[in-house]
Amino acid sequence: MQRRVIFSNKRLPYLLLVPQLAITVVFFFWPAFQAILWSMLRQDPFGLRTEFIWFDNYAVILSDPLYLNSVKTTFIFAFSVTTIAMASALLLAFMADKHIRGAGAYKTMLIWPYAVAPAVAAVLWLFIFHPNIGYFGRAMRELGVLWDYKLNGNQALSLVILVASWKQVSYNFLFFLAALQSIPKSVLEAASIDGAGSTRQFWTIVFPLISPTSFFLLMVNMVYSFFDTFGVIHALTGGGPGKATETLIFKVYSDGVLFLDLGGSSAQSVILMIIVIGLTAIQFRYVERKVHY
Amino acid sequence: MDRSGVRVKNKETIGTAINPKQEVTMVKISRGFVIVAIVLFFALLATPALAQRTEVQFWHGLAQPLGGILEKIVADFNASQDKHHVNATFKGSYPDTMVAAIAAFRAGNAPHIVQMFEVGTATMMAARGAIKPVHELMREAGVSFDPKIYVPAIKGYYSLPDGRMMSMPFNSSTAVMFYNKDAFKKAGLDPEKPPRTWAELRAAAQKIRAANAANIGFTCAWPTWTQFEQFSAIHDVPLASKANGMEGMDAVMTINSPLHVRHVQTLIDMQKEGSFKYAGRDSAGDALFPSGEAAIIHASSGLRARIMREAKFEWGVTMLPYYEDVKGAPKNSIIGGASFWAMTAPKRTAEEYRAVAEFLKFIGQPEVVAKWHMDTGFLPVTFGGFELAKAQGYYQKNPGADIPHRQMTRSEPTENSRGLRLGSMPEIRVVIQEELEKALQGAQTAQQAMDSAVARGNVILRNFEKTNR
Repeated sequence: MQRRVIFSNKRLPYLLLVPQLAITVVFFFWPAFQAILWSMLRQDPFGLRTEFIWFDNYAVILSDPLYLNSVKTTFIFAFSVTTIAMASALLLAFMADKHIRGAGAYKTMLIWPYAVAPAVAAVLWLFIFHPNIGYFGRAMRELGVLWDYKLNGNQALSLVILVASWKQVSYNFLFFLAALQSIPKSVLEAASIDGAGSTRQFWTIVFPLISPTSFFLLMVNMVYSFFDTFGVIHALTGGGPGKATETLIFKVYSDGVLFLDLGGSSAQSVILMIIVIGLTAIQFRYVERKVHY
Repeated sequence: MDRSGVRVKNKETIGTAINPKQEVTMVKISRGFVIVAIVLFFALLATPALAQRTEVQFWHGLAQPLGGILEKIVADFNASQDKHHVNATFKGSYPDTMVAAIAAFRAGNAPHIVQMFEVGTATMMAARGAIKPVHELMREAGVSFDPKIYVPAIKGYYSLPDGRMMSMPFNSSTAVMFYNKDAFKKAGLDPEKPPRTWAELRAAAQKIRAANAANIGFTCAWPTWTQFEQFSAIHDVPLASKANGMEGMDAVMTINSPLHVRHVQTLIDMQKEGSFKYAGRDSAGDALFPSGEAAIIHASSGLRARIMREAKFEWGVTMLPYYEDVKGAPKNSIIGGASFWAMTAPKRTAEEYRAVAEFLKFIGQPEVVAKWHMDTGFLPVTFGGFELAKAQGYYQKNPGADIPHRQMTRSEPTENSRGLRLGSMPEIRVVIQEELEKALQGAQTAQQAMDSAVARGNVILRNFEKTNR
């Protein structure tokens, strides 16, 4: 009865929802629909000749060994970035949560990298790792190690994984730190009295208690490594050498924007969308079961 | 509160000034009069000029400082007459500019003129309804125009096989060889006798490494462009059939010829012995020469300006090397860079096209060409521009600055050295780079690399053909 009194006007709640819905429709549903439509077209860049070809673009992509290789690269990349970014952020947050001198400054500095644009971050790392002009590159050469990510595919992939993870550590750190700070001290103290060491406390108390945050971050990091790492790869390796660092999102960009294959690129982005929706669904179905809210 | 305040103020004013109302009105009148007068003055001044001037939108992809120099030329054009007015806008890199122009065209709002990089040529030519070919533009606008003033190897790149010009050449470069004279001396080489052939280049690079005169003997920027596109033209071998695609969209790649494979093998061998270093894609190699890291580089002639600014050593410039035993070599090299395309849009008037034609004619004048050439290091696109720069003593003051022009004009362009017109050329360039990288990694042989480049290149060409049929 109370509720009915508050929302006597039936249109008001919908009216209040309109701005949000409009944004979702205009910026998500409309482009997604366009991508699906375009993925079934063969057209020249200028839109002068358009032909509806059903699923030909998909057939071409899915039978292309280079595309399937790019799928593999993407999964290696996404899995590594998510693992490295989350594990190191958790470690840093766990350490920053302790009572140490200058904790404020320490925490602030850990958050800084998040404010650096991906392309800028890539250039900064380039100055360190460039085989000829970078500090690290030169040092490796002095040591007699063959460091050349411009020709060595594994080194190139490791490098983009490292830089992409580094970009995301700050974000994860913030969330982990907040989660750690919300753990009641009394629980940890009780564990200490019972004689549990730091490691034991972490795995039996802290880790389960921060699992909602971890789960959230897992999703965010997955999406990040699938979609938002384009800038890093573009600036560092351009997908090379060979195709060693060509992830799906980078391929969508290069095929669509640089090579102007709008149909093929759209089909790829639809496939990418399906992959990420699928992964999210799987995670909610299986991983979330182990999460305690 | 407010009202009482106003009232108090009014009272005060009335109390202090003797004839306040009149004074206020006078001030108002005189201020209003001044404003009206100013507006009228400017309106009178500006209206006739604006009303008659035809506005032309021009999008370019040159960052500073080149963009500024180009915009100065546009300003000169605007000042040279009072009928047309060109607005130059920087739209980002070449690919960005291309995408922006395409998006604008699709929205019915294309710029009048767009600057397009040379590898976008086939895409533009295939877009029949979106572009206005230069020869047609000039004829319809009644602007007298002689295509013969342009250097053949430049004009050819942007013309149909029968010679009709499709776009207007502006900033063209070619690939040349820069070498570090100090490193040459240190290695016991004659700095005034740069290598002419690949055998000499390899020997020089080996000596430089043996004497440790530089960390890298030989490297290159723009690997596909310098080691395959220029290479093919100079040795008069086709990169693709149908005169490198100029005579039809059904061209197929031919870069697995024995000579191409031999060249890739040379690069692999040189890398193994340590005299060659792959520096990465596109312009990544550029930085290695001015820093003194590499003693010899194949790069765009446009790198000259940066070397002059940054290099702390004596350097020289010479033509690209060739294999001595190849019959007919060396031929002229081909160009890179960009040209200007006239674009169409609904409701575009004849007067606007005329303005475009006048501007495109303006940029071909010897003074403009020579100044652009001398200010930027790009090639003089017309013979008149070259002669003018020569007459002004530019080449005496800057030894070697005429090498790109001489290399471009050293032979009559053949079927293989006129230029390239392959659909989706940017993608083919990347494919060749990828296959070369895999060969240099040792993941495949030179023959496998070139076979794979041909197979993948042909898929791209057939797609382009299907899309633009």
